Amino acid sequence: MKIPRIPYLLLSALLAQFLVPSAPAALLLQGAGATFPAPLYLRWIAEYTKTHPGVQINYQGIGSGAGIKQFTQNLVAFGASDAAMTDKEIAAVKRGVVLIPATAGSIVLAYNLPGVEDLKLSREAYVGIFLGKITKWNDPAITKTNEGVNLPNIGITACERSDGSGTNFVFTKHLSAISPDFDHQVGYGTSVTWPTGVAGKGNDGVTALIKQTPGSIGYVEYGYAVHNKLPFASLQNRAGEFVKATTASGAATLATTQFPPGLLRAWPSDPDGKDAYPISTFTWLLLYKKYDDPAVRDGVKDFVNFGLTDGQKFAEELGYIPLPKEIVDKCIEALKSVE
Amino acid sequence: MKKTRRRLDLFHVLTWVASAATVFILLWILESIFTPALPMIQRSGLGFFTSIAWNVNRDVYGALPFVIGTAMTSLIALILALPLGVFIALFLSENFLPFWIRQVIRFVVELLAAIPSVVYGLWGIAVVIPIVQQFGGVLANSLGFLPLFQGPAFGNSTLTASLVLALMVLPTITAISRTTLANLPLTLREGSYAIGATRWETIFRVLLPSAAPGIVAATILAFGRAMGETMAVAMLIGNSPRLSWSLLSPGGTLAGLLANQFGEASGLQISALMYAALALVLLTLIVNMIGEAVLRHVEKSTAGIR
Repeated sequence: MKIPRIPYLLLSALLAQFLVPSAPAALLLQGAGATFPAPLYLRWIAEYTKTHPGVQINYQGIGSGAGIKQFTQNLVAFGASDAAMTDKEIAAVKRGVVLIPATAGSIVLAYNLPGVEDLKLSREAYVGIFLGKITKWNDPAITKTNEGVNLPNIGITACERSDGSGTNFVFTKHLSAISPDFDHQVGYGTSVTWPTGVAGKGNDGVTALIKQTPGSIGYVEYGYAVHNKLPFASLQNRAGEFVKATTASGAATLATTQFPPGLLRAWPSDPDGKDAYPISTFTWLLLYKKYDDPAVRDGVKDFVNFGLTDGQKFAEELGYIPLPKEIVDKCIEALKSVE
Repeated sequence: MKKTRRRLDLFHVLTWVASAATVFILLWILESIFTPALPMIQRSGLGFFTSIAWNVNRDVYGALPFVIGTAMTSLIALILALPLGVFIALFLSENFLPFWIRQVIRFVVELLAAIPSVVYGLWGIAVVIPIVQQFGGVLANSLGFLPLFQGPAFGNSTLTASLVLALMVLPTITAISRTTLANLPLTLREGSYAIGATRWETIFRVLLPSAAPGIVAATILAFGRAMGETMAVAMLIGNSPRLSWSLLSPGGTLAGLLANQFGEASGLQISALMYAALALVLLTLIVNMIGEAVLRHVEKSTAGIR
């Protein structure tokens, strides 16, 4: 009987797979979630796997919401979210959740005004811009805090996020905290309906919008503004001071955070303190309280421990705020509760 | 009548399975969109498409701004692409220029269809947005009394998206129109010249009216393509959930809405987005079916005359 050639070759190729000795299995840890801390987590992974070659960690920046969804569906070993998890979301995870603040960052208002290097925005000003009440750059609300700066008579284009995001959540939470008007008209959430302006997808989308639109102002993560050399404004904080986002001003905000007992989740939406930058926030790693696979559990715990200790020294150069020592201690305590 | 023996061999089975699989996949897609959309359908019914507010954090969903945005961008893209496409098609089907030049132009126009959507978006950001930013102000000042050109001109606006979309549907219109015009029987042209018509008269009084059904089919298919276009439009239109009749303001389309919000959606928002997706799918399906039907009819009716 003549054997048909093509099916024979295909079958042989298939069977040959079983004859080839496979490479030793490395421990694969899959993580997914927020895009904001992604550069830092990827750096942690690179550094950690240098000293731990038997572990392979894969992190995908798919967004906080998608990260929570995958975490809830047990598709990943750990998740990441800028908006932590709501009580309802935590209840949906049967294995229990441990929230660990991994790092923190500031959200800045980057703008595109050729010739204007220093911009001071009062609370009234920046809330008004995003409510659509202040429409021109030479509006008195802006000029009165910027003496000597030549503000042109051009329209303000507010640049926002079109997709749901933790950045959106934090920024709108802050605006809602400082302005009852904003809270009533827009509210806060990962996705809101802005009364004015254009929207782009992701921090990079908003950055692109700001870059291509003269007279625009938008909210992006500090790292994106610095990396793309966008000037950003000094904002007036609760104490009345105009503060620019730096590691120090961000750390001052974080230091004021009070966590509720048993849960490391809080948003310093309107921090006290002269030096506090008003829009800084943590970003969380989501771990299960109970892991089925001890190898995965130990791998995740060890990696997160690395991030909380050695990993913090990479934070500043990448545009994040290193966690204050007291908070790191609380995180390590929480990490111990993962079984 | 002689009964032919039907052999049920491997070939017949495979082809049957392949064809059935295609139909099955289409139905499966429709079902997987329809089922999650049910909560929203039950809640709002058709009011979903007449309500303006899309407020995720308040759980209020109304898709009218996006429906209008989709309609506006597609229609304007067609208005711009149709004359351009038909004239190119005429040019390619007449013999003003040597054959090889026509072939090159035909090839280039078809290449436009091969450019990925996201590349059109990037090109739009680099080239079209600065142009619209510059001349938008002029347009707003001169024609600002019309609601269509009102208000501050944005670079990321419905106009920008429509311009790039016009380029994207141009190959569709051109290719089908050219084919229709070229397939018109030579006797039609010869007859027209024989009774003393000039070339222009032949083109506008004889050829175009005869090719009209084919051009209509081309337009409908291009409309279907324009409605579904996601990436390029989302990068250029400004993604605004607010209803605006002005071309110079940012807008939003159904496809862009889905691309932007689906990743982070949860709860009722998913249902609302699925409902919007269902509407978009059904709309493009119907438009494409009509387009195909008209095209089929045209091919049949001109096949006889040679």
